[in-house]
Amino acid sequence: MALKGLHLHPLISFGLAILAWEAAIRCLDVPAYRFPGPLAVAEAMKELALSGRLFASITASLFRVTWGFYLATCAAIPLGLVMGIYGPARAFLNPLVQFLRPISPLAWIPVALMWLGIGDRSAIFLIFLSSFFPLLVFTMSAVLSIKVTYIRVGLNFGVTGLKRYTKILLPAILPDIITGLRITLGTAWLVIVAAEMIAVKSGIGYLIIDGRNSMRMDYVVAGMIVIGIIGLALDWTISRLEMLPSVRWVRKRR
Amino acid sequence: MNKIEVRGLSKSYKERRKKRRSPGDCGYRHGCPVLQDLDFRIEEGSFTCFIGPSGCGKSTLFRIMAGFEKPTTGEVLVDGVPISGPSTRHIFVFQEDGLFPWMTAMENVALGAGRFSDPVEREREIRDFLDMVGLKGFENHYPHELSGGMRRRAEVARALIANPEILLMDEPFGALDFITRLQMREEMVNVHQMFDSTILFITHDIDEALQLGDRIIMLSGRPSSVKADIPLPFPHPRDLAIGEMASLRKEIYFHIGIHAAL
Repeated sequence: MALKGLHLHPLISFGLAILAWEAAIRCLDVPAYRFPGPLAVAEAMKELALSGRLFASITASLFRVTWGFYLATCAAIPLGLVMGIYGPARAFLNPLVQFLRPISPLAWIPVALMWLGIGDRSAIFLIFLSSFFPLLVFTMSAVLSIKVTYIRVGLNFGVTGLKRYTKILLPAILPDIITGLRITLGTAWLVIVAAEMIAVKSGIGYLIIDGRNSMRMDYVVAGMIVIGIIGLALDWTISRLEMLPSVRWVRKRR
Repeated sequence: MNKIEVRGLSKSYKERRKKRRSPGDCGYRHGCPVLQDLDFRIEEGSFTCFIGPSGCGKSTLFRIMAGFEKPTTGEVLVDGVPISGPSTRHIFVFQEDGLFPWMTAMENVALGAGRFSDPVEREREIRDFLDMVGLKGFENHYPHELSGGMRRRAEVARALIANPEILLMDEPFGALDFITRLQMREEMVNVHQMFDSTILFITHDIDEALQLGDRIIMLSGRPSSVKADIPLPFPHPRDLAIGEMASLRKEIYFHIGIHAAL
């Protein structure tokens, strides 16, 4: 159902959710200091926006996510390619990666604080950790799952040297890499809030923990909503990449 | 003149399992023989169809002839020289989609056009070949935007533009619907008349083999060897329902243990 390019389904579901929220607050008679209703949260959001604190928190969080994610991408994709292409590198590094991967980035918080202190560097390091391992594994397995037919076609038509990578390997794994980036960015955004609650004194995560400490539940919920909206926007932005003509084949394949 | 000579060719896959799955499990302990002592010669410019029960090693034989795999024993000679690896001299047309899905029809065909060094000439040739296989107007379409038949045509164009001495086609039309397959068959007859390539063609379809080939090589079940070698010295177009073709057809069906009339 689309009206002049506007999709009505999400509007209806969001509208109903907000109504249910308001109704629940009223019926159960929940006091605002326990959990605020939508109107109180909207008011808090306006307050935060007007004071400039909302914008500052969002930019601080996005700054850290962008840097951590960018550094992780720059490190994980090349290393993943090497581990995918070159068997000995995989044999040496894969066990180590699989050992480090399940350690939650949150478990690294004390280490990060000890090494890098309170501030952006700790937060960026934690984002880096949360993105690096998943991206590495995504890239490696993307290389390993290239159809043998494509490799043979390349050999058959004498595609050699650098062209093997630019014409076959990279385009073949690109859709998997984009999926990996999409999922990883979601994780990074999850982790930033937790990191900011402990490791820094700014950002949306800090906004939430500070709201809790000063008993402002309306700020807490406003922060949660902003996290959801930005997460949605980040995902939408990356999902645009999946519509590139040279990537879209994967959707058709399934 | 002989183009290809297959001499004492055997291929067996290595033992892979330590435990037996079933009493006759061929992956257990010993290598699993797929091809056994194949010997045949293929004449230059001929069209040879290979038929045989599924899983008998036809594709393995083709992969060896294309240079993708090495035989266990024996050798394949092209113009008297053993095959050393894949090359644009012998192009493989794959059973499933062999086009690169991230490239347009034109970019895919361009892969085979490496022999044209002048870019203008190259583009003209690519367009000519796409036109020849009926893909004019679809140059910039991606494979997933083309029908199954068009994809096969684009792949054939990509193979032909490389001007290969040998064209290895592994059941290229198996996944197409009946009508499209008949059309592709007709086009293969034309290809055989227009191009000098020696064509080797795997099919499960006996009628297809009878209609296309100058010769049919029938392989036995695994481990596979040449079971029958049938020359087809008939002009095109061929009508399978009458005369010598009809009796030959019956004979082949009889060979594989099925009565054509059912």
